[in-house]
Amino acid sequence: MKYKFPSDEWAKKLRELLNESDSYQRSAKDWEGDFIFVIEPDEAYPHTSYLHLELYHGSSPGAALVKEDELPETEFELKAPFSTWRKVIEGKLDPIQGMMTRQLKLKGDLMKIMRYPKAAQEIVSCCAKVPTEW
Amino acid sequence: MWHFVSPNIVFGEDALRSLEELTGKRALVVTDNNLVRIGLAERVTSYLIKAGFKIQVFDKVEPDPTLQTVINGARAANEFKPDWIVGLGGGSPIDAAKAIWVLYERPDLQPAEINPFIKLGLREKSRLITIPTTSGTGAEATWGIVLTDAENQRKMGLGNRENVADIALVDPAMAAGMPPHLTADTGIDALTHAVEGFICTWHTDITDGLCLNAARDILQYLPQAYEASQSENPDQDHYKKAREKMHNAATSAGLGFGNAMASMAHAMGHTLGSIFHLPHGRAVGLFLPYTIEFTALHAPQRIEELAAALGIHSPKGKAGQALASCIREISRGVGLPGKIADAGVEEGEFNSHLDKLVDDAFNDTQMITAARTPSFQELEQLFNAVYHGQPVDF
Repeated sequence: MKYKFPSDEWAKKLRELLNESDSYQRSAKDWEGDFIFVIEPDEAYPHTSYLHLELYHGSSPGAALVKEDELPETEFELKAPFSTWRKVIEGKLDPIQGMMTRQLKLKGDLMKIMRYPKAAQEIVSCCAKVPTEW
Repeated sequence: MWHFVSPNIVFGEDALRSLEELTGKRALVVTDNNLVRIGLAERVTSYLIKAGFKIQVFDKVEPDPTLQTVINGARAANEFKPDWIVGLGGGSPIDAAKAIWVLYERPDLQPAEINPFIKLGLREKSRLITIPTTSGTGAEATWGIVLTDAENQRKMGLGNRENVADIALVDPAMAAGMPPHLTADTGIDALTHAVEGFICTWHTDITDGLCLNAARDILQYLPQAYEASQSENPDQDHYKKAREKMHNAATSAGLGFGNAMASMAHAMGHTLGSIFHLPHGRAVGLFLPYTIEFTALHAPQRIEELAAALGIHSPKGKAGQALASCIREISRGVGLPGKIADAGVEEGEFNSHLDKLVDDAFNDTQMITAARTPSFQELEQLFNAVYHGQPVDF
């Protein structure tokens, strides 16, 4: 089964994979801080969409597609056009390199992110494992 | 999309003399007290004085500089108000100089906030010159900054592309007096940069050549440079050539890995070094052959390419072992330990810190570019193998 990106089902599959990942649990064991992934429109995708990923102590208590007027307050926001997200999820763009070249724009406590590079990598690794329909 | 950043590199014999051409009024020299004691700092300041500079020397940089040291250095800069900051030394003073420069320009930042994702807006008050006195760290050519969080016994990988030096003066005379152990430690550091810059997942077409050439020169000239450091007549031409080749190779490797990344040997070496206070080069070099063997078992392609380009021949599927064996031979020849047990780390101490070693290495920034990513269990197994000097077959 494939999951359309971005969708509520895709977010929940990501959550499931994160919760099964020993590497993520190890690398993010002290992590506290939810993310909003903002998928911006471009020629391949006409909408702005928001995925909310709850992250707490090496697990993901929840994940969902949310509407703009229902956006929760989160510690971090990662924003990029749809095609850039696709490159990240398909493993063609390293997310840290993406942030360093401002292709992915991060809002939040950057010092905190810098202390957990492996956890960030594991999240992307789980993203790449979601069977995705574009 | 990616970037390649580099200082203007002035290299070769008498490169230091180019300081006479520098324009400005006040220079803060960031170094350590040993380099003041042996007169290398004075060689630099004498040229700056000829160029009309007022000088202040901040010589409080310790090995593995702490966050507090660079805060103190930034305070000195704020009082002196230099228009040039000169980082003189091995990796520690040069990395400290980079951080002091950033904090002088950006007093609103804490050292731990110097990260690659923000715009710093440097060069409003001053610029940076780096002058290496060892042939190893490559810090003169990189934008990375390694500082130590003394409270948590952890090294922090910081830096931003903007904080690469404006000028690097790579004069072999500045490293010609290195004693044997420093020649060996820094030389193996440079080799680790060259190899990991080539095999890491962030390598690029632009950095590959620099890393490859540096690796080739280090394998050829490190033994002679080490011999020179023990010789009663180190000014013989072949020794001087070996020293100069090593000095240039260290900068080339710095440019190479600094614009790509390092990898597992650095992640593991950082953690071992910060807990057991081993010199950086010795710590990372200790892991290199083992991490090559580990990587080659599941992700051999880049290692096979590197071994072939270096002329290291091996049966099919054995390139990792052959490259690791070549590196072990070089290390042994320059008196470096081949396993953690031989590096002065007592087994009980090692075991009591093993969880922290694995945890910190797993979360080190250099781990994310490993061509083969270890699981937590594999990393623990790897630390144990390196402690006991056992072959890596997992």
